[in-house]
Amino acid sequence: MSLAHEMAFANPLITAYAVEATEFPDLARRYMVNGVPKTVVNDQVEILGALPQDDFIEQALQLPAKKQL
Amino acid sequence: MALISSADQERLRESFAEMTRPVRLLFFTQTLDCETCLHTRQILDELPPLSDRITIDEVNFVLEADRAKEYGIDRVPAIAVAYEDAPGAITDSRIRFLGAPAGYEFISLVQAILLVGGSESVLSPDNRARVAAVAQPVTIQVFTTPG
Repeated sequence: MSLAHEMAFANPLITAYAVEATEFPDLARRYMVNGVPKTVVNDQVEILGALPQDDFIEQALQLPAKKQL
Repeated sequence: MALISSADQERLRESFAEMTRPVRLLFFTQTLDCETCLHTRQILDELPPLSDRITIDEVNFVLEADRAKEYGIDRVPAIAVAYEDAPGAITDSRIRFLGAPAGYEFISLVQAILLVGGSESVLSPDNRARVAAVAQPVTIQVFTTPG
C-alpha cells in the first residue's frame, strides 16, 4: 500500500485509496478481487500482488489517466 | 482497553516523535448501518495519546455530506490523511483508507502518518520525478485484507 500512498503524496493529481476488501464486497466484486493486494488504477490498469518499486510505478502509470473514481 | 500492546505503543511513540508536521486524520463515520465504524474509532483513539502531533477530526458522513464529497469519500468508515502546513492551514494528502485500519492496514496507516508528518519518501529520485510528471487525475485503489 505504501507505494500508492507515496504517489498520492508526491503529486496532487493522484489519489490513493487503501480498500479493505472484506468490508466492501460490492467493490471487491466490481473489481474482481480474488487475491490481495490487488491494485486498480483509473478503473483500467490492474496490478496483482506486491511489486518492486520500479515495476509498480511503471505499471501504475502505463495508461493515460481518464476518469476519477 | 488498549488495542496496541505497551511495547508497540512505545515503538510507535518513538517513531511519531520524529514527526515535524502535525497530522490530521479526518474520520468519516455514521451512527447507523456501519458495522466497523465503532471499531475504526477505537483504533484511531489509540493514536493521539502517542503523539501530540496527531489529531482525529470526526466527520459525520450523513450530516456533513459536502465534506465527504470534497474528500471523495462515498462510503464509511473512511479516513482521509491531512496535515497542517501552518497553524490552521490544512492540506489534503489524498491518502485514503476505506474500512477499519486493522492488522496490516494499521501498519499502512502508521506509515502514512509518518510520511505526511515529514519523514522521508521511500521513492527513488527517478520514480519521484516520474510520479511528479503525471499531468492528469489518477485514482489508485489498493485492495487488501487485515490478515
